[in-house]
Amino acid sequence: MQDFAEAFRLAFGLVGSADPDLIEIVVLSLRVSFTALLISCAIGLTLGAFLAIARFPGRGALLVLVNALMGLPPVVVGLFVYMMLSRAGPLGVMQLLYTPTAMIIAQTILITPIIAALSRQVIEDLNGEYADFFRSVSVPMADRLWALLWDARFSLLTVALAGFGRAVAEVGAVMIVGGNIDHLTRVMTTAIALETSKGDLALALALGIILLGIALAVNAAVMGLKTQAVRHAYA
Amino acid sequence: MRMHDAAEALSLVRPRPAGDADNLQTADVKGLVFQAGGRRLIDGVDLTINPGPITMIMGPNGAGKSLLLRLLHGLLTPTSGSVSWNGEKAGDGTRKRQAMVFQKPVLLRRSVAANVDFVLKLKNGRNRTERIERRNALLHSVGLSDHAKQPARLLSGGEQQRLALIRALASEPGVLFLDEPTASLDPASVLMIENAVSEAHLKGVKIIFITHDIGQVKRLGDEVVFMAKGRVTEQTSVPAFVSAPRSKEADAYLNGRLVI
Repeated sequence: MQDFAEAFRLAFGLVGSADPDLIEIVVLSLRVSFTALLISCAIGLTLGAFLAIARFPGRGALLVLVNALMGLPPVVVGLFVYMMLSRAGPLGVMQLLYTPTAMIIAQTILITPIIAALSRQVIEDLNGEYADFFRSVSVPMADRLWALLWDARFSLLTVALAGFGRAVAEVGAVMIVGGNIDHLTRVMTTAIALETSKGDLALALALGIILLGIALAVNAAVMGLKTQAVRHAYA
Repeated sequence: MRMHDAAEALSLVRPRPAGDADNLQTADVKGLVFQAGGRRLIDGVDLTINPGPITMIMGPNGAGKSLLLRLLHGLLTPTSGSVSWNGEKAGDGTRKRQAMVFQKPVLLRRSVAANVDFVLKLKNGRNRTERIERRNALLHSVGLSDHAKQPARLLSGGEQQRLALIRALASEPGVLFLDEPTASLDPASVLMIENAVSEAHLKGVKIIFITHDIGQVKRLGDEVVFMAKGRVTEQTSVPAFVSAPRSKEADAYLNGRLVI
């Protein structure tokens, strides 16, 4: 028990002193997860909006597939990306394995289905509300997509938040494709796993505190935005 | 708001050439049936709608008025029969020259001005300056200038319906469908909507208007299409309808006897 208390004291000390190693890990984690989130939003929101309003043969099967992919096991994604990027893999010539780019690719694959599936539901609900108006004024598909994405933007922020949460907390895939290399691919989750196994609970706890802090801050920001939106009847 | 303000502002809805208007505004409805859940909700309607008069559609709840309007606008596909506008089947092609105001206004989650801009950008492709002028004129015409920057969904019911109306007019339609746009509105809002509709009609827009209000029919309408149980029981001029309805359903409706 005394060890835990000492670990907490050291952890807060590391956070308070803005330890350079700690900062490096945090910055890399955020860079990887935010980049993956941006790419996933570009793909997932477009796909989600398209699935919400388009009707075509096989749409039901595609919806089932996208929904099922929300539960993709990170280690399976890691293994898949590893095979693609390894020297013998089809993308081996790009030499991306054990780089932050490989980690971004893995996280993108992991969270794109989440963003596509959740945004599909949000946009489908809004489209149900707008459908008569859109048909009445003959809004072309591209304008309709953009209008729905824009008008649902505050709800879609929550969707993006869910994706970011999944990305920043993920450990299996980035461990496989990043390799947890110090000063190169070490992110918060892989560092926590490593330091815990080494018995260095202080650094692990410090990273855990920061991870929780980031999650709280992002949630609070999004909730604040949504509250403003509801107050102004935009949501 | 004064009547001439509306007229001045809506004068931006340019009069259509007579020939052009005629080509867009004559509907032929033949043997129209719309069935859902095993019930014939529209049951063999034959109807001709001419370009000139303001057509008021009346009838008890469940008579099929809103369905008929949606079928005329091409929002629904009939089970059998046909709707054509000057020979062109109602659908994507004809809808581009029409607009509709729904009973419950469908407003975008944007400001009042942005709601009008959406249609102006889509339909008219005007330059920014011209678009802003036109939008401001339309907002002014129904007393919404002061609300331009407000979220549309924070407007009162009457204001929302006025916004829906000018947004429909922003597309400069040949035919304007209105599905009980003044239901539950206060007299001032009703007056503004009726003024705007009258002005649009004067500029050559064909008006097809659903209402339960016989006073409104007398103020606004030229002809009445009366519906009951999914059928058109009569189509006649407003004075003839009010003084001597031909069908027993219309007579019962006007005398306050429930038509089931």
